Amino acid sequence: MIRVRIFIGFLVLLMSAQFVLLVGGHQESLQVDRAGVAAKRELVKTLGLTDLALWTEARYSRHPSQADLFTSFQDYPGSFDHFPAGSIIAPNPTGLSTTLRVRKSAGRGRK
Amino acid sequence: MNPLIQVANLSKTFNRHRPDEMRALAGVSLQINQGEGLVLKGTSGSGKTTLLSLLGCMARPTSGSIHLEGRNIAKLPERFLTTIRRRTFGFIFQQFNLIRHLSVLDNVSLPLYPTSMRESEMRARARQTLERLNIGSKERTMVNKLSGGEQQRVAIARALINQPEIIIADEPTAHLDSHLSGELLDILAGLKEQGKTLVIATHDPEVYGHGLVDRIVAMRDGRIAEAG
Amino acid sequence: MIRHLKILEYALSSLCRRKFKNLAIIAVYAFTISTLASILFLTQALKIEAAKVLIEAPALVVQRLAGGRHDLVPTTYGDAIRALPGVGSVKPRVWGYYYDSINKSNYTLLGVEAGQTELELLEGRLPQRPGECAVGAGVAEAQVAGIGDDLLLIDADNMGRAYEITGLFRADSRLWSNDLIVFSTEEIRRFFAIPAGLATDLIVEIYNEREVVTVAKKIKRLFPDSRPITRNEILHTYETVFNWRSGMILTVFAAALAAFCILAWDKATGISGEEKQEIGILKAIGWDTADVLELKFWEGMAISLTSFVVGLLVAYIHVFMLGALALVPVLKGWSVLFPPFALTPYVDLYQIVVLAFLTVFPYVVCTVIPSWKTAITDPESVMRG
Repeated sequence: MIRVRIFIGFLVLLMSAQFVLLVGGHQESLQVDRAGVAAKRELVKTLGLTDLALWTEARYSRHPSQADLFTSFQDYPGSFDHFPAGSIIAPNPTGLSTTLRVRKSAGRGRK
Repeated sequence: MNPLIQVANLSKTFNRHRPDEMRALAGVSLQINQGEGLVLKGTSGSGKTTLLSLLGCMARPTSGSIHLEGRNIAKLPERFLTTIRRRTFGFIFQQFNLIRHLSVLDNVSLPLYPTSMRESEMRARARQTLERLNIGSKERTMVNKLSGGEQQRVAIARALINQPEIIIADEPTAHLDSHLSGELLDILAGLKEQGKTLVIATHDPEVYGHGLVDRIVAMRDGRIAEAG
Repeated sequence: MIRHLKILEYALSSLCRRKFKNLAIIAVYAFTISTLASILFLTQALKIEAAKVLIEAPALVVQRLAGGRHDLVPTTYGDAIRALPGVGSVKPRVWGYYYDSINKSNYTLLGVEAGQTELELLEGRLPQRPGECAVGAGVAEAQVAGIGDDLLLIDADNMGRAYEITGLFRADSRLWSNDLIVFSTEEIRRFFAIPAGLATDLIVEIYNEREVVTVAKKIKRLFPDSRPITRNEILHTYETVFNWRSGMILTVFAAALAAFCILAWDKATGISGEEKQEIGILKAIGWDTADVLELKFWEGMAISLTSFVVGLLVAYIHVFMLGALALVPVLKGWSVLFPPFALTPYVDLYQIVVLAFLTVFPYVVCTVIPSWKTAITDPESVMRG
């Protein structure tokens, strides 16, 4: 069963490599959690950052959490944006900006 | 001699209840004895191959019964038929039906793969069988690189590896020249001497006269025309 | 057990017979899986990074909208907000964007109150006085400048101004600080010509996390033109990152996926005459239907498992060791400054299992099902050649 041995050996080899990488990665992430994350939190807290500095191509893509859905195309709210980053992350999809309060105008009181 | 196979009133209809319905066998009764060399003769379309496939548990009859060692196998479910096929029958096909691009040894071992026999034992048995047929030197060769005669021997080795009691051969000499046919018949005769039962369908007159043949049954239009 | 191993052995030798075809399938399949897995690894790492770090983002950011656009918010709003119950401090923030026409890149300019000067992720110190600034690694690279060098920017009055770089954000923080230029609040007001009494937005600190939404609602009632953004909304934004929206990656990836689907379809619909013949022979010489199906199962399994493991390994190395270099051009879009992905390998095992299920399983089914019909028919047809 030479082929079975080669096949299983090959799979086991690849899987162990993957396993070693995953375990190593997990260790690394734990270490980052202990040290690195605290430093990044300090940075974010001190500067009051709200977003990852990934996409600098447009205002709404640099701060997606601070933009609203129509920032990308202010003349036509609801339109899809046209920057590539917009296909990866949408501006803040929720928010309280669409609440509605109704008040009668002063000049048109009841008769 | 005791009857090994007892066939009674066997019929087989293909494509039933369809416009192209075809009655291949129409009430065949036959008895095959232990250690016998039986030849089915007849033109193509006379029902020889259908009868062989029914005898060899490759298909089930439309009606009638087949008793193998006293047990009716006509209505058995498929998995029992597979087991019977593996343990009892060795098949030699007209087209050899070897698996291309696979070595001689692998082809011969094929029937033993789905068994719990150890691999080393399986290989040893395959080699032994190949040796007996004088083709042991080619065990690593791909079967598609062999000559017709060599391919037929590999096919025979494959049929023999399970040490079956009954050898079923369908037109075994059809693709061989007369020299190779003679060789093949000698091999079959050798098997018969070891006590195997042979059932051969052929319309090759060379076979009829060979010493291994005990009885010739002629078939026509799905019926037995003349029992030997 | 031996029986299963032997059937596997036969399946492997059967695959070896069509070596090149099967290697090609494995290559395409592994490529598809590694593309999928790369995207999964990358987005997962970014999401977790954002989720872990943005815990310290402002609890509430209050913007003002005028005419459907962001507008400067009067700092007097802050006084009213500070009076609401549950509210800690309210800090006006001044920040904005700057287009560097030489590098054709956008920077984010940010004002900080003098106070804390040292940060673990900052080499040097934060600006203390007007005329000083701290910059992110991307800006420093674009300007070819370091600590002590001058940074030349053009202000709102179209005047060139030179700033001394007193701090440089370390490479570890590039995902957060790449395009930042930090000034003192005083300086940035002057730079953007934003009058005192106005700010870009307000940061509101709230004592009790559970009251954030209530406070946000109160602010919205108090100032109908305001737009409060809670920390949860910020986090939520990053949860939806790469959320399988139709987009560039999917467009690019769709080609590979389509090719693979065609392949699978081809396999699923057409079991070749040769394969049919082979199944017939196997059955004729004593293989059971179950044995034939097991054979097909192993064939599918061997191909898909190999592809999966290879694809996963390639994806891991690609994303976490090579910085996702094949994906960067797609992700980058038209951004000029783009931080290299030195990602922390946050991997979700659940995602790997789902990926395995979604790729390995359908392929095995595609291999087994078409053989089914052939495997259950009587092998009699083999006799007829």
